[in-house]
Amino acid sequence: MRNIWTIAKREYDLYFITPIAYIVAFVILLVLGFLFWIILQNSIQIVAYGSTSVPDTSILSEWFVILLMFGCPALTMRLLAEETKTGTIELLLTAPVRDFELIFGKWLGSFLFIFTILVATLIYPVILNRLVTPGIDWQLVLSNYLGMMLVAASFLALGVGVSAVFSNQIAAYFIAFFICIGLLIFIGIPSRFLAAGGGFFDYISMGTHFYNAFNSGRVQLSDIIYYVSLISLGLFTATVAIETRRWN
Amino acid sequence: MIRVNGLVKDYGVRRALHDISFDANQGEIVGFLGPNGAGKTTTMRILTGYMPPTDGEAVVAGYDVVEESLEVRKRVGYLPETVPLYTEMSALEYLKFMADLRHIPNAEDRAYEVLEQVNLTDRANSFIGKFSKGMRQRIGLAQALIHRPEVLILDEPTIGLDPAQVVEIRNVIKEIGKDRTVLLSTHILSEAQQICDRVLIINKGSIVAEDTPENLQSRLVGSQRVVLRVRGDADGLDNTIKKIKGTRGIEVKGADTVEFEFSSGQDIRPQVAKAVIQAGYELIELRPVGMSLEEIFLELTQDDSSD
Repeated sequence: MRNIWTIAKREYDLYFITPIAYIVAFVILLVLGFLFWIILQNSIQIVAYGSTSVPDTSILSEWFVILLMFGCPALTMRLLAEETKTGTIELLLTAPVRDFELIFGKWLGSFLFIFTILVATLIYPVILNRLVTPGIDWQLVLSNYLGMMLVAASFLALGVGVSAVFSNQIAAYFIAFFICIGLLIFIGIPSRFLAAGGGFFDYISMGTHFYNAFNSGRVQLSDIIYYVSLISLGLFTATVAIETRRWN
Repeated sequence: MIRVNGLVKDYGVRRALHDISFDANQGEIVGFLGPNGAGKTTTMRILTGYMPPTDGEAVVAGYDVVEESLEVRKRVGYLPETVPLYTEMSALEYLKFMADLRHIPNAEDRAYEVLEQVNLTDRANSFIGKFSKGMRQRIGLAQALIHRPEVLILDEPTIGLDPAQVVEIRNVIKEIGKDRTVLLSTHILSEAQQICDRVLIINKGSIVAEDTPENLQSRLVGSQRVVLRVRGDADGLDNTIKKIKGTRGIEVKGADTVEFEFSSGQDIRPQVAKAVIQAGYELIELRPVGMSLEEIFLELTQDDSSD
């Protein structure tokens, strides 16, 4: 556990001195800030007309997840690919650290960075809650945030898996990006056309487990299991890739 | 302590190590010599737990490198050929990170200790990215020493250092080698001659020679050649030497110098010195000029290399 934390802390600190992390944070906060401003304007108008309806903040989480699709691969592409390229992987693999601890630490560091951005975006619902009466639906907000965390954790784990396989960062970025966009958007498409077997595509689609679940305020164990499975798959792939490298 | 027995490593269909065996004991510095691609780095990587062997057994600090890899890695300090550094970190941050990975208490204090050992204390807070090649090499050595390892494995430890730094690092290695096991690879053969207690010469994945540098020289040459110099004229000196049993190949090399040889394992230099002085010459120098380690290295590896 201590090794995981040591590696995670290094990765987390490293994000604050790399431009790519600042670009990811800036774009996410800028887009969400703009969306928040639109929600705020609508809410003020609704209040001006005397309505007491609760403003819908789920558009923020919908966009956050889309931005994660682009941002997470950028954060994970260097995690192991760069260690391989620069040779520092030799340092880590000859230190008394288990392969799984190395992978988990890398993933945790990147997750903590996204978590920091996510916490920063909490300012939007807090402000909105103060400006409108009777306030916002906090249960929905918390469900949205839990969903966003799980999506981010899954994207990052898959990204770590890809980064462990490829030593080229650009290749690692695009392959992770295609996996993320495939899971979130494309893989669910066949379910709309297929009478038989459509349910399978629907189940493995991340869209189903986010838009129809956490983003709608429903927190279900089956959805959580889905994300935990994806995280496990990504981290397992990365661990196997590292072990395979040792044996080759 | 390192014990290697019948180590084999295959990379696909290519066999990089052919059944190599050797030992390195506590308090011993063993030099690993060989041309590029001979299998030095592969052997070192197996011994540090970086990769498993295809066959054979390797025990480091009492632990099997495959079965107890984590225990081996706790006890081994390793400086790879390409020094692995996080250039965005300061020297101190880097060493603290390595110390934390090895669960060393008071990591910062220990980091300062090894920085002092490699003479980099004044650059503790400088970014590694700004370091010269020599400084990078020294910080790499510092990370290998951070946990006071029982076994130190160094792949080309003095490469890129200036002469003064080379002397410093060699002294550090010699000091460590007094009570711990050190295995180092080098291309600088004089380095092996100076600091290694024993030398292993590896070529094409097989160990072709193993002994002390001095024994290697005498074993290979079969005889010891000596330069003898006297003050003034050396007229008749060759005849004086000829009378001593065991001398042969006598050559006059100048007005005051004679060279001769004798069989290895039968050091007759004291008798020669005595005879020369008794004959009235003023002895200035009696120096062995055996094959250098470079020549031995070439002799042992040239045939295969020219394939």
